[in-house]
Amino acid sequence: MSISRRRIFNGLLSAFTWLLGLAMFFPILWMALTSFKTEQMAFSWPPLIVFRPTLANWINALLTSPYLKHFQNTLVVTASATLLAIALGVPAAYKLAFHPTRRSDFTLLWVMSTRMMPAVGVIIPLYIIYRDLGLFDTYAALTILYAGMNLPLVIWMMRSFFLDLPFEIVESARMDGVNLAQELRHIILPLTWPGLAASILLCMIFAWNEFFFAFNLTIVQAAPLSVYVSQFKTSEGLYWASMSAAATATVLPVVIAGWFTQRQLVTGLTMGALRE
Amino acid sequence: MTAIDRPALPTRVAGAPRQPSVQRPWMLRPALLFLILVTQVPFLLTLYYSTSSWNLLRPERTRFVGLDNYAAPFRNPDFLAILGNTLVLSVAVVVLTLVFGMLFAMLLNRTFPGRNVVRTLLITPFLIMPVVTAVIWKDVLLNPSFGLIPQALNVLGLHGADPLAHNSMAALIAIVCWEWTPFMMLILLAGLQSVPREPLEAAQMDGAGTAGTFRYVILPFLMRYIEIAVLLEVLFVLSIFGEIFVVTSGGPGISTTTLAYDIFQEAFQRWNIGRASALGVFAVVLANIVVISFLRVVRHESREREAR
Repeated sequence: MSISRRRIFNGLLSAFTWLLGLAMFFPILWMALTSFKTEQMAFSWPPLIVFRPTLANWINALLTSPYLKHFQNTLVVTASATLLAIALGVPAAYKLAFHPTRRSDFTLLWVMSTRMMPAVGVIIPLYIIYRDLGLFDTYAALTILYAGMNLPLVIWMMRSFFLDLPFEIVESARMDGVNLAQELRHIILPLTWPGLAASILLCMIFAWNEFFFAFNLTIVQAAPLSVYVSQFKTSEGLYWASMSAAATATVLPVVIAGWFTQRQLVTGLTMGALRE
Repeated sequence: MTAIDRPALPTRVAGAPRQPSVQRPWMLRPALLFLILVTQVPFLLTLYYSTSSWNLLRPERTRFVGLDNYAAPFRNPDFLAILGNTLVLSVAVVVLTLVFGMLFAMLLNRTFPGRNVVRTLLITPFLIMPVVTAVIWKDVLLNPSFGLIPQALNVLGLHGADPLAHNSMAALIAIVCWEWTPFMMLILLAGLQSVPREPLEAAQMDGAGTAGTFRYVILPFLMRYIEIAVLLEVLFVLSIFGEIFVVTSGGPGISTTTLAYDIFQEAFQRWNIGRASALGVFAVVLANIVVISFLRVVRHESREREAR
């Protein structure tokens, strides 16, 4: 191929990639656009691309509906589950990274295997136990499960970030007689906080988006946004504009968090088995 | 950017500490105990429940039935269809996302203007809450009367297209592929970006074409990335629930009922705790076949890294 034909080919390939990106993104873009239309505009055919945006749906869907209550539920459960997973997972990762024993390999693989336990294998006893303990439809019900779901991720990710530390620094601090709390606070955390931030964001994404446990273990009081949005499967879903506003508001925090953690997504999704 | 040659397991970390005197078991034990409580204990209870005939609507008639709950599904002609659906969904999704994910990854593995923006656009479907994905596809894109896709097909002369009614499994597969292609793409892109440079250059020097280079240099290197991505994706697809619940509710008939969805119906619609538990155990056994292969790949991977 001559140089100029090669350049044309490369240009076409780039244009094609852009086209694919826009096509994959289209449903999301369409949802966001629809959220600024009136219900009537939302249904017009041919579809309206240029229109006078309205904020009415956002105000209606978010402020005058049960949306805020479920948003609060999601926020509380996501935050507390993430906190719990970090509190349990970071020390475990530290121990596995810095004081491994002969059993550590096995422990790590076992930890990973618990993340792969299908939810349908545990949901029935959880339902019965929660019902009998009065935990059904409470924040604690989902907090415990989401923390358990994210704990393996925290352990694997944080361990891999701890192993990346230049160990001489830690060692020389220990020589100077630094205790564990000081070591964590002044050396380990300042050096690994990007990894910690990525782990936290990933935990939040998984907890925020979860539906199966939420749907079967809550009804109203503790029902998170995923349960609320699932109600649009009925005729409610024909109020496209208000549904789109609620849906867009629901995914926005996670999409933004995901964009920020792009670099760590591969590590997180494969639980450190692969790194980017 | 890649750190693939760093061990995944702490067996021989360069410069890592060995302090046999300091064990600090209290740092690890709470986490392990917690995991046992939320995953292993409930599973043991599932095993226990699976041996009884227990319906929450008639709790007084609960009795021990041994392994009968495991035999019961096989007396039900629908069960084979449900297993078939599960297989079709998983295989179709894995194959399609692998093909598209590879295509996207290769297209992104070049330098061109706006590459990071396109990459961001392409991964976003994976970040969308599955239930939101499901309502948007069901109500806005696929609704038979007003949905964009049926209306667009109508303009093209294909009248009365209603994928949700007539091709429900295909519609479900399309939706799940839209969600999971970014996952494959991300992992394969990480793989492509860590292909060592020397063999690539050597292949080009030897006059291997694009296809030859891909087949004999890139693909063998990518194999472990593909293995890990496929096994993880199978695990996730096996437990897909929200999309089925919202888009088709397992129907029409049982045409999109998978094992996971069937367990949900058995437990929380028919309240048949014993039967549902046996099916749950079955699902765990199925998943464990995948998990064991996955752990084998991960271990093999870490050994290889050590050898280098």
